[in-house]
Amino acid sequence: MIRKEYLGKAVITVCGILVIILTLSIGFFLLVKGTGTFTIYKHSVGEFLFSSQWAPEDSGNGGGKVGALIYIVGSLLTCGLALGISVPFSFAAAVFMTEIAPGAGARFLQPAVGIFAGIPSVVYGWLGLTILVPFIKNIFSLPHGFTVLSASLVLALMIFPTITTVTADAIRSVPDEYREGSYALGATRWQVIRSTVLPAATDGILTAVILGLSRAFGEALAVAMVIGKMKAFPANLLSPTNSLTTAIASDMGGAMDGGEYNMALWTMALLLYLISLLFIFVIHYLSGKRGKEHTK
Amino acid sequence: MTNHLKIEKIKNNIMTAVFYSIGLLLLVFLGTLIVYIVVKGFRGFNLSLFSFSDSGIGNQFFNTIYLVFLSLAISIPLGTATGIYMAEYAKQGKFTQFLEMSIETLSSLPSIVVGLFGYLVFILMTHSRWNLMAGALAVFILNLPLIASTTVDAFKSLPENLKEGSFALGATHWQTICRVLLPSAVSRIMTGVMLAAGRGFGEAAALLYTAGMTTDIDWSNWNLLSATCPLNPFRPGETLALHIWGARTESLAPNAAQIADLSSAVLVIMIFSFSILSEIINRRLRRKMNGGNGTCCTISAGMIL
Repeated sequence: MIRKEYLGKAVITVCGILVIILTLSIGFFLLVKGTGTFTIYKHSVGEFLFSSQWAPEDSGNGGGKVGALIYIVGSLLTCGLALGISVPFSFAAAVFMTEIAPGAGARFLQPAVGIFAGIPSVVYGWLGLTILVPFIKNIFSLPHGFTVLSASLVLALMIFPTITTVTADAIRSVPDEYREGSYALGATRWQVIRSTVLPAATDGILTAVILGLSRAFGEALAVAMVIGKMKAFPANLLSPTNSLTTAIASDMGGAMDGGEYNMALWTMALLLYLISLLFIFVIHYLSGKRGKEHTK
Repeated sequence: MTNHLKIEKIKNNIMTAVFYSIGLLLLVFLGTLIVYIVVKGFRGFNLSLFSFSDSGIGNQFFNTIYLVFLSLAISIPLGTATGIYMAEYAKQGKFTQFLEMSIETLSSLPSIVVGLFGYLVFILMTHSRWNLMAGALAVFILNLPLIASTTVDAFKSLPENLKEGSFALGATHWQTICRVLLPSAVSRIMTGVMLAAGRGFGEAAALLYTAGMTTDIDWSNWNLLSATCPLNPFRPGETLALHIWGARTESLAPNAAQIADLSSAVLVIMIFSFSILSEIINRRLRRKMNGGNGTCCTISAGMIL
């Protein structure tokens, strides 16, 4: 019996250690592969981040150009725009199902949002390709509908459930006393929501926004299907461009392992990894702040 | 003053109307999209599209289920074990903090990055071709944090007296975990597992460079070592989600768009029915556990007290 006790604990501890090893090795391999551009092919970090000359050699000789600014800007632009489109609707949906009509919200809107969270991102990409791209092509009479706007709309739809769910949770966690106090002062419901509930839930809402942003940033295929894969800065919202994830998804398969092109794509993956770490860090900071406020 | 009050009341009414219309609009919009996906998918439908051959999506359907099955076979034991470790054994300290951080890092990794890692480690470093197992391992990495953290939540939400009762009866910690805590937590852990499975069905970016974009199955070949055997986990296995991507971006087949439409509809229906099914099973399980093990332990603990 005692042996079983220790064996059980040992097995479970080993699993814990395995998870740590797995995480470390992902970080390690990304770091080793991702820094190859700088160590093996002698490019500067500045070139990668701030130059828009992207022409890596698909061989081990090097000598190409690895400026990824177009891709970085493409990612930032589509995600920022997606956030701008999605946030108002997400907030409205969250407020609707928590404060305005909790009954109808719990019965209809919340399950609907749940269903949307379950739809795979590739299906969102497919929706974009079959509905949005032709639609945008016709309405703006463009040669094709692969635009920054299409990518942003697809992403906006995709992150809508994430932001809504987390925002609704944040609003629900505001203590009822706050609302009652505010009502007792004679506030209308909208005043209660605007001046009491939303400010009290700010940190949770910011967490929701960052979670949405990080999902948008890491999305590859849905964006790749509608962004147009054009190696140029977008002139406006109706021009095609490219993004970090799109480049990795579409070019990695054809690039020679260990070549300059391959390494440059790994550097993009490393950048994505670092950005996702940054998002975690911000969320931690926000939840730390929230924890402190509750103990006050 | 009364004027100000009146304005605020009007504002309140306007905002209520705005929120109701947005809520309604979203519901209608979401409903329309679902109907569109299903209707578009089954337009011009004929049974040959479901066949287990190159012209149908039967093989991809099978691959999807098989891949999720493989990935869960790894992530359920490892995920629950990690969760149990964090909930029951971990002491406050550097190691625990590090483990929590690891799980959080894993959970926020973009799936394309996990796919690249899988490509490097499971394909390039093992010198193998695209295979289902590599895909399953990539999906396992994506699912692990979800299962681990639901396990932690499930264990932490159990009433303390369950554990105390078990200890009072002379059970060891390990016995308590296996016979009292785990059975009571199973229904909540299942929720996490079902979520993980749902995500696995739809995963594509992580499989692009691991499971591969081809599938070649010979349904009369049951030699596990053969590359065309359906159950051989070391053969390339394109899933439904990847099939959508492939059909819309690379395929030259004349009916590629139709196949993508149908695959999307099937995938979405599959995920829905799966989540409904899991909800039903979960309810059954919860009822059974509450009527069986859970109360049993509370009663025995109560008797000792």
